[in-house]
Amino acid sequence: MQRNPQLNAAGELQHLLSIEGLPREVLVQILDTAESFVGVTEREVKKVPLLRGKSVFNLFFEPSTRTRTTFEIAAKRLSADVINLNIAVSSATKGESLLDTVANLSAMHADIFVVRHASSGAPFLIARHVKPHEHVVNAGDGRHAHPTQGLLDLYTIRHYKKDFSALTVAIVGDVLHSRVARSLIHGLTTLGAPEVRVIGPQTLLPLGVEALGVRVFHDMRAGLRDCDVVVMLRLQNERMRGALLPSAQEFFKHYGLTEEKLAAARQDAIVMHPGPMNRGVEIDSTVADGPHSVILPQVTFGIAVRMAVMSIVAGN
Amino acid sequence: MDEATRVKLPDAEQLCEQLARELKPRVGARTAMIGLHTGGAWLAERLHAMLSLSAPLGLMDIAFYRDDYHEQGLHHDPKRTRIPFDVNGRELLLVDDVLYTGRTVRAAMNELFDYGRPDSISLVVLADRGGRQLPICAQHCGARIDVPPGMRLRLTRGADGKLALALEPARAA
Repeated sequence: MQRNPQLNAAGELQHLLSIEGLPREVLVQILDTAESFVGVTEREVKKVPLLRGKSVFNLFFEPSTRTRTTFEIAAKRLSADVINLNIAVSSATKGESLLDTVANLSAMHADIFVVRHASSGAPFLIARHVKPHEHVVNAGDGRHAHPTQGLLDLYTIRHYKKDFSALTVAIVGDVLHSRVARSLIHGLTTLGAPEVRVIGPQTLLPLGVEALGVRVFHDMRAGLRDCDVVVMLRLQNERMRGALLPSAQEFFKHYGLTEEKLAAARQDAIVMHPGPMNRGVEIDSTVADGPHSVILPQVTFGIAVRMAVMSIVAGN
Repeated sequence: MDEATRVKLPDAEQLCEQLARELKPRVGARTAMIGLHTGGAWLAERLHAMLSLSAPLGLMDIAFYRDDYHEQGLHHDPKRTRIPFDVNGRELLLVDDVLYTGRTVRAAMNELFDYGRPDSISLVVLADRGGRQLPICAQHCGARIDVPPGMRLRLTRGADGKLALALEPARAA
């Protein structure tokens, strides 16, 4: 059997490319380490010397202010030097030129590449070609994966619910275009959440999504019934191809999370959203700003999770 | 283990009481205590209770300040550092189980100063096994113990909460 390209010979995390295929122990190690870093981010001096002298290159072939910023903050809080590169590329970019870019940065003594790319698999390609001391962290590749977002979702769920073993989690909306959903589903299954549901119109759910071990609902109230965790996904306007939806208003009517629809979930349910939110499209403001919402803590935890990932891979 | 059996280890419970008696006259209004995970935290829990310190006990894991990260990577199970009092102006008692190379204490002091500027730090250890690699010494030490080469001295805590010193083969680096 071929080795998981993310793990070294000792089974330790060398690159973070996808939650899929990561053993439970590695996920738990990341979440536990992140918990220690949450303590650091609450101090007055929010910095530890772990990655002093290391260089982190943020390679963003696709724009993303929030993810890039949180990686930058995380790297700086680990005392690394951060170099941000926003590389606008045409969709016709060849594999060679991507690897050439990386080879050049490698010659500048990079230690970690944080990669965001519109093409699924780009971070895998880079990971196969970097030197042994260089590490790749996937910051979102095409529709495929967004592992640090999935991990921060898992962290947030564990923070509020303590344990996965009795949880019902609903992931709502545009699952088809969401790399977040895929990463989260794999993580929840690995950590033992007994029921993961996806809720959305047929046109926004991937064919055969049941094979990932989820229950499919097309009706919000039925799908949200007795849920502990509700994860709303952003309606990915920029990824829409063809007429998958009549209109945003129509989507909100059926799948937008309102207080009234949320009432079907458990009383202590938490509401999450990876951001950026489309208020009035997938989520109503009263819910986004309401007592169930943990959307802003997610952002804070995201920094600690990225610190954990970078400090684990750079040490292996 | 032949060599291990030749070393007579002192009773950790007695050393703990001895340290508490030694520290008692030094405790003032500004005294606070921090234990280093894991053995130092056990000892600190005891001493903290015996000395009836008013400031809550702080616990520290120095994983993010170790000097062997580049060789060893990150520890698998870092605990969260919790210092539930303002470090500034305190007379701190830093507690660890065994003092050896001094590197843990160096890391702990670096971490401490990211929380603030204490008035003083005193090091309290149950046992000093020598072998220092840094200019660090303990102000309060339960016992000096010679440890055979290749062995590790560490504190254990039984199911009944009793503390005991133990010798075991050192892990290969």
